[in-house]
Amino acid sequence: MTAPLLSVRDLSVAFSQGGKETLAVDRISFDIGEGETVALVGESGSGKSVTALSVLKLLPYPPASHPSGQILFGGKDLLASSENELRRVRGNDITMIFQEPMTSLNPLHTIEDQISEILKLHQGMADKAARQRTLALLEEVGIRDPEKRMNAYPHQLSGGQRQRVMIAMALANKPKLLIADEPTTALDVTVQAQILQLLADLKAAQGMSMLFITHDLGIVRKIADRVCVMTGGKIVETGPTREIFENPQHPYTRHLLAAEPKGNPPAANAAAAPVMRGENIKVWFPIKQGFLRKTVDHVKAVDGIDVTIRAGQTLGVVGESGSGKTTLGLALSRMISSEGVIRFGETDINKYSFREMRPLRRELQIVFQDPYGSLSPRMSVADIIAEGLEVHEPKLSADERDARVVAALKEVNLDPENRFRYPHEFSGGQRQRIALARAMVLNPRFVMLDEPTSALDMSVQAQVVDLLRALQQKHNLAYLFISHDLKVVKALANEVLVMRNGKAVEYGPSEEIFARPKTDYTRALMAAAFRIETAEQGAVSE
Amino acid sequence: MTDIIGTTPALPVKRPRLSPLNARRWQNFKANRRGWWALWIFLFLFVASLLAEFIANDKPIIVSYKGETLFPVLVDYPEEKFGGFYAVTDYRDPVIQEEINRNGWSIWPPVRYSYRTVNNELPDTAPSKPFWLFTPEERCARYPQGVDDPNCVFGNMNILGTDDQARDVFARALYGFRISVLFGLILTAASAVIGVTAGALQGYFGGWLDLIAQRFIEIWSSIPTLYLLLIMASILPPGFWILLCIMLLFSWVSFVGIVRAEFLRARNFEYVNAARALGVRNRTIMFRHLLPNAMVTTLTFLPFILNGSITTLTSLDFLGFGLPPGSPSLGELLAQGKNNLQAPWLGLTGFIVISLMLSLLIFVGEATRDAFDPRKAFK
Repeated sequence: MTAPLLSVRDLSVAFSQGGKETLAVDRISFDIGEGETVALVGESGSGKSVTALSVLKLLPYPPASHPSGQILFGGKDLLASSENELRRVRGNDITMIFQEPMTSLNPLHTIEDQISEILKLHQGMADKAARQRTLALLEEVGIRDPEKRMNAYPHQLSGGQRQRVMIAMALANKPKLLIADEPTTALDVTVQAQILQLLADLKAAQGMSMLFITHDLGIVRKIADRVCVMTGGKIVETGPTREIFENPQHPYTRHLLAAEPKGNPPAANAAAAPVMRGENIKVWFPIKQGFLRKTVDHVKAVDGIDVTIRAGQTLGVVGESGSGKTTLGLALSRMISSEGVIRFGETDINKYSFREMRPLRRELQIVFQDPYGSLSPRMSVADIIAEGLEVHEPKLSADERDARVVAALKEVNLDPENRFRYPHEFSGGQRQRIALARAMVLNPRFVMLDEPTSALDMSVQAQVVDLLRALQQKHNLAYLFISHDLKVVKALANEVLVMRNGKAVEYGPSEEIFARPKTDYTRALMAAAFRIETAEQGAVSE
Repeated sequence: MTDIIGTTPALPVKRPRLSPLNARRWQNFKANRRGWWALWIFLFLFVASLLAEFIANDKPIIVSYKGETLFPVLVDYPEEKFGGFYAVTDYRDPVIQEEINRNGWSIWPPVRYSYRTVNNELPDTAPSKPFWLFTPEERCARYPQGVDDPNCVFGNMNILGTDDQARDVFARALYGFRISVLFGLILTAASAVIGVTAGALQGYFGGWLDLIAQRFIEIWSSIPTLYLLLIMASILPPGFWILLCIMLLFSWVSFVGIVRAEFLRARNFEYVNAARALGVRNRTIMFRHLLPNAMVTTLTFLPFILNGSITTLTSLDFLGFGLPPGSPSLGELLAQGKNNLQAPWLGLTGFIVISLMLSLLIFVGEATRDAFDPRKAFK
């Protein structure tokens, strides 16, 4: 067997803060051969991203340090290399793409500038040659009309296109190794499937190796040749992908494999009392032009949608990004203004003012997508949960309020003893439970869940889904569940509304839609979610 | 569920006195040794200057007179009490002192001059040198009994000399420091309240309110403040509060920009939306969720705005448009130093006090900035 392209030996990474040393990665070793794809799998905090960053020595030193280890690339130890030698390797032999395509591109330069800069820097290309090569690269990564797109700024591109540009930048110098750090986590499932397909194609065409970092085992099965399972800074199991999936040895690997959102929702019950009904909901944002700001057209974010959400039932709203799912949810919960009739119980609340809505807010709760952003970092968990009680039940004494907070935390399976801690001391899944407790403490009838699981690790997603289902049964809650991930929707929703460009594509009981999707669009969404496959052109927007 | 935290029934976690965030900030502040020491030195000087009446005054602190305990520092006793006939007692008058000493005793502050006390026993013509530049005989030459006079004591010496009206420079610098710092603090606090409120309202509600208020501020801040101050000073009677109000008219604007920007940014944060979804009132949202964000930048700016206010007051005093004549003011001390180059102790004292005060405040400000800098997590 030939020598591997990259060989990581005994690598440790430590961070020092305030005199304390924390070991983030603990003596791990793995090899990547030529043309091979190795996946590093683990949950957040397992040290997989830190490992990837230390290959190129991109961690912030000095707080970070390497107590032990070697990273051999082509026989040379990168950890012992000087900054100058490393610069020649970075962006040349080894390149990297990151999770967040929004922030990885410089917003002030066109994409042509950003790609050709690398070519000029590393290969000393002349302007004209660099332009030709940029064009070829953009074509290679599947950007349509590359000629027109070259002068676009990052904000003019969609998330998937931005990630394609990032890949083009990474490929510009024909690297031997591409490190992909969760490259699809921030993307829609349909786009994710396309990007993965693209990466696989490019890898095959160029014969490069890939280090793929992800928390999603579905992706691993699709793309990787070999898998390293990481937890707590250690690699607990490593082996060919097929073996790991068929015959996992380590209990943690088995835990990961078992951690898919599972279970089925209770069957749809058309007789249950409707809690929320929307009739012909429209949210149109005006496009204004000219000196007098005349309204010339509208962006029809939600365009005439009828929904009914019943007590104890879940309506799942699915669709690609930009299809208007979240806008619909915000309109129904009266966070933005809309046209049409919104009946909550029997009353039409669509014309209620903020003040008139206030008493209804306790029955109509929202849980947001990002568990890091939706909790104020300056308030303790107890204060966060009690905030709604202060508004809606101001007569409660401090002790009664505390008792309610404790009960709410118990309900979401968190230890109430920790209620005086601050959100940053909790993990993503725990934070999402706190956000749920904040909604549950008011005993709502209707909860809008805006992608509550998409920022979470796979195994945590499954737990949150179980919790949501249990709470629903206990309190007979009506859920509006918004997600682009049909796996989660399938586990939770008994009715599904498929949206595209603000319009309802399909609406009906979930068994029916999952069993017999009527449109190509729905089929494409399902293929992407369940099998990570791309659809033929035109089925989805990108 | 594997996700439950702290499964052992540990002792309840009590709410710490400082939130972890503030505790870290305090640590960062302390880590800046220069700022940490500057804070303590400044606090010491400021507290001392607040007690200036007990350090430098032309009245005794306590007088025991005919079995009665009197506090001349705090209470104005008419001279009748001591057998005279003026409405206010001049305790520096040898006759009164003799009367008190015959019927009791008195405790004087370390320096027996207030900022407006004229030294009638000047060894030299005013402005006179600090006492340590004279021989002991010269110092007390004007007292009736010379060196043996009961008033030829340290408290009656001019530590830093006198100004051109025979007033003690040390006392004037001490009172001047106090009035400058107080002026700066009140002005900064008041403009912070107005500026933060205005910025918060603009940033939170946006739209037309923001548009109109921003245009108003643009026009308002283009008025040349110093000229206006000079004109106003010639119309209105000069005084501490008048001056404060005029300067307040313009100084609040400096806060609006940063606070407005913070509110504009933070009003779309998800936890602000979450609070809105709970039905929390706008006012509560602004105070509880948005103001802490804006306070970080505001606090970072505060020391520098404080310094700016003090400098403006000093320069107005220097030009003679500031506090009313006779007030203890550092700017006036500098002006005297300029007019009396033969008396370098005037200018030097003014310079040292002002530069020390401003430097200390800037050091404290730097440490505050460090403390609130989120990137300063590592050492």
